[in-house]
Amino acid sequence: MSNSLTIYIFIFMLATFIGLEVIKRVSPLLHTPLMSLTNAISAISLVGSIELTGTHYHDHLAVTLGTIAITASFANVVGGFVITDRMLKMFKKREPVKAPAKTGGAA
Amino acid sequence: MSIETFQQYTYIIAAACFILSLKWLSRPTTARRGVTIGEIGMGIAILGALLTKGMTYNWIIVGLVIGALIGLPLAIFMPMKDVPQRTALSHSFGGLAAAVVGTAEFYLHAKAGTVPLTHFEMGALVMEVLLGYLTFTGSLMAFGKLQELLPSRPMVYKGQNAVNLTLFAIAIGCGVYLVADPSKTVLFPVLAGLSLLFGVLLIIPIGGADMPTVISLLNSYAGLSASAMGFVLNNPLLIVAGALDGSSGLILSIIMCKAMNRSFTNVLFGGFGQVAHVAGAKEQRPHRSASAEEAASILEVASRVVVVPGYGMAVAQAQHKVRELYDSLTKAGVDVKFAIHPVAGRMPGHMNVLLAEADIPYDRLIEMDEINPEFAQTDVVVIIGANDVTNPSAKTDKTSPIYGMPILDVDKAATVMVIKRSMSPGFAGIDNDLYYMDKTMMLFGDAKAFTGELVKELAAAKAGV
Repeated sequence: MSNSLTIYIFIFMLATFIGLEVIKRVSPLLHTPLMSLTNAISAISLVGSIELTGTHYHDHLAVTLGTIAITASFANVVGGFVITDRMLKMFKKREPVKAPAKTGGAA
Repeated sequence: MSIETFQQYTYIIAAACFILSLKWLSRPTTARRGVTIGEIGMGIAILGALLTKGMTYNWIIVGLVIGALIGLPLAIFMPMKDVPQRTALSHSFGGLAAAVVGTAEFYLHAKAGTVPLTHFEMGALVMEVLLGYLTFTGSLMAFGKLQELLPSRPMVYKGQNAVNLTLFAIAIGCGVYLVADPSKTVLFPVLAGLSLLFGVLLIIPIGGADMPTVISLLNSYAGLSASAMGFVLNNPLLIVAGALDGSSGLILSIIMCKAMNRSFTNVLFGGFGQVAHVAGAKEQRPHRSASAEEAASILEVASRVVVVPGYGMAVAQAQHKVRELYDSLTKAGVDVKFAIHPVAGRMPGHMNVLLAEADIPYDRLIEMDEINPEFAQTDVVVIIGANDVTNPSAKTDKTSPIYGMPILDVDKAATVMVIKRSMSPGFAGIDNDLYYMDKTMMLFGDAKAFTGELVKELAAAKAGV
């Protein structure tokens, strides 16, 4: 086992624990936006796709598959962030205005 | 500083941004900041990738343009009710991207005169391709079911699990062989093909009510395949971002499973909904139905009301009418809350998004554990399009297929109103004892239309006073 390999496994382990800790704290209220945000973030495969496509321009298979991968992951990047923001914009708190009316009755 | 070093720095910054992004998402007040920092991180990472030495950009630009043309309209014009479908579709994109990059890498390294992959890298590549293709077709199937292009009932046949497990075992076998001997390139298409097929077969027996778990699971797979890609390409940023997504999907799947009192294996191989018909055929029992006018007169004098939304509300697109009901009751001095069961709807948090879309303040949306003790002090519970999550037999009847599933204790309230099309049982096909209780009023009709009538009656009653 090479040295960099163990380091990668280390990174994976630590990132998984960070992920578990951070995501446990996300309110169930926001589970749908959470899923679309993590979806956008995991579209980081875009980085791998770009490197593959850009550096193997003599290889038709690599360029074709790489371009497909860039398309698919960039669609997720753009779409994921936009839709997460669209959803989060809808979550509003109105309690300070509404609460007093609770027992005050209709005017 | 060399370009390579600079590139590594951009990746480190991007990874930090992603972690912050998820951290800030934890609360609604900071959540939008989380999206912004995530976007910044992604921008920096893309910049870093574009700086790779010796690149040609033509096809990269083509891919980026087409990707934006697909992603943007999908995000901007998609109605909120379609969130589960879009999520499934984006999981399939994610799986596809990882899988085809893995495929390209495999054939690049299989060529003569190139550096062969190490056993470990090949192992990661096999994982990437297996999970990637499986997520691709599995999520497309989930999309088809959610979009109702495919029947959403579980499709079960005899020996299904045996077939699935055999295929999966063969796929794993091919993978292991490839790791041991990467020169057996002929096995690669077999592995890819079986993964594609397994994705389809895995989702065929999944019914609509299990979608929240399955979507979470596919979310996790998509992340793990991106992470595996990082191992193959020696890119720690991919490892980190993929692991974050993987753990997120894992947590959500566990929450969904717990909320149904079922295990992963049971969800994936159980064929839920088949048990159904045995319990469904019971004798006719008396129930009490009521008109909108009667219901409104009870709601009017209530002081605490809890609304229980379910998938039926989403189907009928009743959330805006529910908001009108909320407004008119709140104005009349009634305390209105919403009880959200974790698996209500077709994906985690589905109900929250729909109700938020209808401008209902999120602090009125209460989780199951928090609202359950409050039902005893509740005057009226209004159930709109929910069924199994309110079924008291989950607590009392050991023979019930949903026995042990945590439910909303609506039967503790003084009066229960159920807006429903007919007496027909819910998805799981289980008769709901709640409907035959003395305190229950069945309000037959379309969720949207009936809620609208309730609002009208409330307004009329108020005007009359």
